Amino acid sequence: MEVTGPGHDLDVQAIRKDFPILATQMNGKPLTYLDTAATSQKPQSVLDAMDHYYETSNANVHRAAYSLAEAATNALEGARAKVARFIGAGSANEVVFTKNATESLNLVAHAWGSKFLSQGDVVVLSQLEHHANIVPWHQLAASKGIELRWIPVGDDGRLDLTDLDALFDGAKMLAVTAMSNVTGTITPVTELAERAHAAGALVSVDACQYAPHLSLDVQTFGADFVSFSSHKMLGPTGIGVLWGRPEVLDATPPFMGGGGMILDVTMDGFTPAAVPQKFEAGTPAVAEAVGLGAAVDYLDALGMDQVRAHEVALNRYAIEMLTDRFGDSLTIHGPQEPEARGGVLSFALADIHPHDMSQVLNEHGVGVRPGHHCAKPLMRVLGVGATTRASWYVYNDTDDIDVLGDALADAKDFFGL
Amino acid sequence: MSGLEDLYREIILDHYRSPRNRGELAVPPAHRTDGFNPLCGDEIVVYLELDDASKGEGATVTGIKIAGQGCSISQSSASMMSAAVSGKTVAEVRDLTKAFKAMMSIHEEGLEGEPSGEEPVEAPAGDLPLGDLEALRGVVKFPVRIKCATLSWNTLAQNLDETLAG
Repeated sequence: MEVTGPGHDLDVQAIRKDFPILATQMNGKPLTYLDTAATSQKPQSVLDAMDHYYETSNANVHRAAYSLAEAATNALEGARAKVARFIGAGSANEVVFTKNATESLNLVAHAWGSKFLSQGDVVVLSQLEHHANIVPWHQLAASKGIELRWIPVGDDGRLDLTDLDALFDGAKMLAVTAMSNVTGTITPVTELAERAHAAGALVSVDACQYAPHLSLDVQTFGADFVSFSSHKMLGPTGIGVLWGRPEVLDATPPFMGGGGMILDVTMDGFTPAAVPQKFEAGTPAVAEAVGLGAAVDYLDALGMDQVRAHEVALNRYAIEMLTDRFGDSLTIHGPQEPEARGGVLSFALADIHPHDMSQVLNEHGVGVRPGHHCAKPLMRVLGVGATTRASWYVYNDTDDIDVLGDALADAKDFFGL
Repeated sequence: MSGLEDLYREIILDHYRSPRNRGELAVPPAHRTDGFNPLCGDEIVVYLELDDASKGEGATVTGIKIAGQGCSISQSSASMMSAAVSGKTVAEVRDLTKAFKAMMSIHEEGLEGEPSGEEPVEAPAGDLPLGDLEALRGVVKFPVRIKCATLSWNTLAQNLDETLAG
């Protein structure tokens, strides 16, 4: 069944043909891939773009004068320009390529934090954060004695902004997710950024779950740093993005040292290159950047508004169908409104442990993620040790959610609950 | 779902639904050790009491309680373990642990592309009967679940070492 709705006309059957892996089987069943929040599958155009780069344009970048090296440099910088356009950056120079979103978030904490934070300074996080946006700040708390404060999560799965003024009082940085990888909660980034700025804090946004699923405009966010990964948005692993406001990137010292990030090196010291090269020590992941560029092209062709409308429709279908079918034995974590969340559904069913649940689902060819989702503080707030998480994207339709429903019913039977 | 029935034997589900020796012991005289599986978030707490730690390997397990939360495999393994080691000497518990881990170690090496951090375990001479614990043999067919089954045993081994170290 196709999902239909206002402003929604993704042709999922056609899209699925672009993803070779979706034609494969798992345990003798057609693959039902519901783990995009962990990593997305890749369309043929991304795979082809990377092959084509290696077949026609591979050389090291920003170094040699021969034409092939120039082609490689153009491929890298072309990808940077595509990403810049995709997120509404003022210039390609605002886009730093990293290894992944985790490295981007660590760069903010360690490079920016090393210069601008000292003992007693306050960094505000939210209880929705992924470990990648928590542990680097814990490291700074241990090494520098900074104080961490937490925006709480309310019973409705949304951030509770009641005490925001007190939390922001004296804060130097707000580090917050734009969308939870567990509850799918979409946070009010623009409002948070405005209020944090009014309190004198900078704002770093973890957009790892947001960028693949909603139209991302860094100007609308109003943040100072925005981090995300390629592999969750149809691109390859091994490359991530850090966007930064130009004056903030300029003021931030380099993270790693090495080739490519310097203007000059003497026996007495070094002068860093300009951004973004200042943050890109060593040979970058050029083929991966090309793949990310192709992924951005693919999403642009679909239209991010269409992507979002499709996922809201799937949210609505999943919440209604599963609630209908399983009633009180089903707990859906996070906001219950389809529009308030991304395409992520964490749930509990009849006390079946998520690990056991995913084992049964595996027999049905259904891939979901059990566990704490690298968000243990949030697990403690939710009062659970783990959840089962299903997540969807442009290549999923209601058939996938029906398969999930059947597999869940089977799990309930199997465990006699 | 024949594969699943190999994994989830009835006795495993029975221990999961009605865990034995569930609860806590006063510390001291008992000793408490927390075990974590960082992969899935399972937590096992082992409370262990010996008659006289100064007897070393000859000391007897006079009390064991299990707390924490986790999947049916980790919880049932902990429940069966608690029943199996009650009243045993430390030396006997160590032999049983070796026998259990030998059953589990077949596929434990090289999981998830990294060393498991555990030496391959040789079964002790005489092949101890594992009783109910035999039901967990099916877990080795599901390599990612082996760590679920061994979590409580590793936590118990750590507890014994800490208890005897005083």
